Amino acid sequence: MSFQPVKFYQTGTLTVGNRLLAPDERSVQANQMRSNSINSGHRACQGCGEALGARYAIDAAMAASNNQLIAANATGCLEVFSTPYPESSWQIPWIHSLFGNAPAVATGIAAAMKVKGKNDVRVVAQGGDGSTTDIGFGCLSGMFERNDDVLYICYDNQAYMNTGVQRSSATPPAARTATTMPVGPEPGNVFGQGKNLPEIAMAHGIPYVATATVADLRDLEDKVRHAMTFRGARYIHIFVPCPLGWGAASHDTILLARLAKETGIFPVFEAEHGEVTNVLKIRHRQPVDEYLKLQKRFAHLFGKNPHLDVIAKIQEIADRNIRKYKLLNEGEQ
Amino acid sequence: MFQIRVHGRGGQGVVTATEMLSVAAFEEGRHAQAFPSFGSERTGAPVVAFCRIDDKEIRLREPIMEPDALIIQDPTLLHQIDVFAGLKQDGYVLLNTNHSFEELGLADILKGRKAERFCTLPANEIGKKHIGRPIPNVPLIAGFAALSGMFKLESVVLAINEKFSGKIAEGNIAAATEAYNLVKEQMKESGHA
Amino acid sequence: MLKQMEGSKAVAEAVGLCRPEVICAYPISPQTHIVEALGEMVKSGKLTPCEFINVESEFAAMSVAIGSSAAGARSYTATASQGLLFMVEAVYNASGLGLPIVMTVANRAIGAPINIWNDHSDSLSQRDSGWMQLFAETNQEAVDLHIQAFRLAEELSMPIMVCMDGFILTHAFERVDIPSQEQVDKYLPPFDPRQVLDPAEPVSIGAMVGPEAFMEVKYLAHAKQMQAIDLIPQLANEFKQQFGRDSGGLVRTYFTEGAETIIIAMGSVLGTIKDVVDEMRAEGHKIGVLGIISYRPFPLAEVRAALVNCKRFVVLEKSLAVGMGGIVATDVRMAVTGTGIKGFTAIAGLGGRSIPKSSLHSLFRQAEKEELQPVTFLDLDWDVVNKQLEREKLTRRSGPIAENILHDKGIVSAKFG
Repeated sequence: MSFQPVKFYQTGTLTVGNRLLAPDERSVQANQMRSNSINSGHRACQGCGEALGARYAIDAAMAASNNQLIAANATGCLEVFSTPYPESSWQIPWIHSLFGNAPAVATGIAAAMKVKGKNDVRVVAQGGDGSTTDIGFGCLSGMFERNDDVLYICYDNQAYMNTGVQRSSATPPAARTATTMPVGPEPGNVFGQGKNLPEIAMAHGIPYVATATVADLRDLEDKVRHAMTFRGARYIHIFVPCPLGWGAASHDTILLARLAKETGIFPVFEAEHGEVTNVLKIRHRQPVDEYLKLQKRFAHLFGKNPHLDVIAKIQEIADRNIRKYKLLNEGEQ
Repeated sequence: MFQIRVHGRGGQGVVTATEMLSVAAFEEGRHAQAFPSFGSERTGAPVVAFCRIDDKEIRLREPIMEPDALIIQDPTLLHQIDVFAGLKQDGYVLLNTNHSFEELGLADILKGRKAERFCTLPANEIGKKHIGRPIPNVPLIAGFAALSGMFKLESVVLAINEKFSGKIAEGNIAAATEAYNLVKEQMKESGHA
Repeated sequence: MLKQMEGSKAVAEAVGLCRPEVICAYPISPQTHIVEALGEMVKSGKLTPCEFINVESEFAAMSVAIGSSAAGARSYTATASQGLLFMVEAVYNASGLGLPIVMTVANRAIGAPINIWNDHSDSLSQRDSGWMQLFAETNQEAVDLHIQAFRLAEELSMPIMVCMDGFILTHAFERVDIPSQEQVDKYLPPFDPRQVLDPAEPVSIGAMVGPEAFMEVKYLAHAKQMQAIDLIPQLANEFKQQFGRDSGGLVRTYFTEGAETIIIAMGSVLGTIKDVVDEMRAEGHKIGVLGIISYRPFPLAEVRAALVNCKRFVVLEKSLAVGMGGIVATDVRMAVTGTGIKGFTAIAGLGGRSIPKSSLHSLFRQAEKEELQPVTFLDLDWDVVNKQLEREKLTRRSGPIAENILHDKGIVSAKFG
């Protein structure tokens, strides 16, 4: 009988059981000694993708740096729900300065560690898509260009969620937000050319860039761990569904993240010094409708008079991503 | 207080000239203040800079409206800007040119003033000869030292060494020395005239 | 050691002696020579250990300083005018977080219209930000104030601006006494932060504060500046003992004893004022000068004490509260509330307009005779002003004001037709 490798779809999560893996392959979250950097008791919404992503990412960064980590956080959901006055859920040294300056603050912290000879203390900066792609873009680019020793993590829920779901430059085409309402001839967000932050990061030639989602949490941890083996500027862009802002069921967060990957809407890959080194292939390709129909922010595309042309345009974008990043295995469609 | 105003064009080292004047005075234990009139920086544009010298702390900060001395680094300014505005009756004038004041149509300025305090100096040529570039400022500073007796050539040399080094310093010192001696010569002649 | 050097370079040397650990700066006239000199000092290894970071904007400069200061490093930056405005959000953030950052402001006018020359509008626009603000009269004082500033900021955990007149001081060559490293080390101990980002003892810095506690946090910032009122003279005194000269402090009086008229000002113009006052006193005028060094905290008691016996005062300021009048003058009036002393405001030197002795002579004489308007604009060209007002009365499409005025002044060549 030929050996059939068992494909555990979610190998490494609690679903299948970490006990089946070697200790060093297990999730950081499975370890009782994990730093629990962002403790329970924070005020995130039920099903918040950002809270999930942050917990995995920061604990992985802590594990990779031997618990010698300092975090700079931009204003936004993560900052607000993790430090509800008068409490803080952070168990690591953490600073929140402004909306647009997290990368620069992190640069300063890294410089202080360097000048004091504390080479083992690592620095993470984090923010949402609003602070990363818009108001903090200049500071991010500056940090990249100087190759400051900072890992920047962007939690992309595709709008300014904390202030009430307004459009950011990361908002996908056709999506409803408070400032791109589903009215008029072009309902929802416009079909622009987007702002591909991972590619912009790659264009800066920094040592490591990766995208990840909260559907593949082990992959996310691995990427954080791998990022921490580099010195210099690193960027991880995590796709984090927002049930409230997207009008999705709070139990669909991980499903939506998986669909974003499986449709090709969100390519999951790694790059070093501007060149793609690894791609997470699509396992079972899905049409974009499967992803869009679960979210009220795209509800205006469906119903009695569906905007089939718009859905087709979105499908085109996904198709292009699949071609460009080679997200399908040979021979698959 | 002795007030010197230096006129020239951007790129001729006018600001450096005033700085070096102030250093020369400092080296002789005096107080000195040097600052430019700040316009847009552009090669070729008219530039003015100022230097005050005194034996006590200089507190005044206004531009020099009534100079005791003028150093004019570029004769093409003469009919463009009123470089002589406010010049004290017994003021000194050192003009960078190989013509005479009369040839340049400036005979009027000399009327009623002390002729021995007016001097011309072919500073561009001296600069070209010793430094390889027609930068007139260092020869003019040295020439001014000779004309006014404000400081010794040695102090000018100290100022040069503070700013420059190696071959460039050597060239500047040679230029300064030649300029100093030239002016001294001229003064002797005009004294006999 | 006595040196003849450019103000900016002297300040750079002074900052270097204070052993900064992180310097981050974005270039803007007229501060460039300061950060260039510091950059060279770090790159050559003369200033070590120190990280010099070329940031991408002034907003980034202050943000980097926030990060490095919060992580326990002595942090420094410098800016002016538009740069200061660009970083305002971070300026308030730094003081709100209580980070002892030292920043040189090479005072320059704020546009529009764009203007690179000196006045005090930039620093004064941030007078309520929670930063301490000291104004240097000379380059020597600029050198000395930076040394005192690091000490002051770190003792109180509060950021501080050292203000020096752009171009007039930064680009002036004058005599300065640069202290030795030993002297500065004796005066300024290593930075011992009140709060620090440290994996060994994690803290959360920058959390939200609600209505229940915000007033108390703000009051504490105010209280700290009240502490500074005592600490500033103390540190200036200590400085005098160790370095041998009078630098800093809250205010500096010049022949105010028995003066009937007192002129109040900040920064380098005090030098010119003192020359004028000397000449007038030689003629028998009873006139004196009050220099304000510490603008924030504003030394209400000291200003009152200096003015209380005079008949009248003139606040000569390089700043304008558009729609109101003087900025410094307003604070001075607060100091003399209830005394009934007559006060005049003279707005002068905006955008680098020179302040000649002759103009001050006539201004002060008019003040003595109390012939001044409450607010005077020194040496204003009324012709040009009235021409523009006429222009605006005649036609709606009157064109950009600045261009019109430059035409009138013959600076821009007139259009044909």
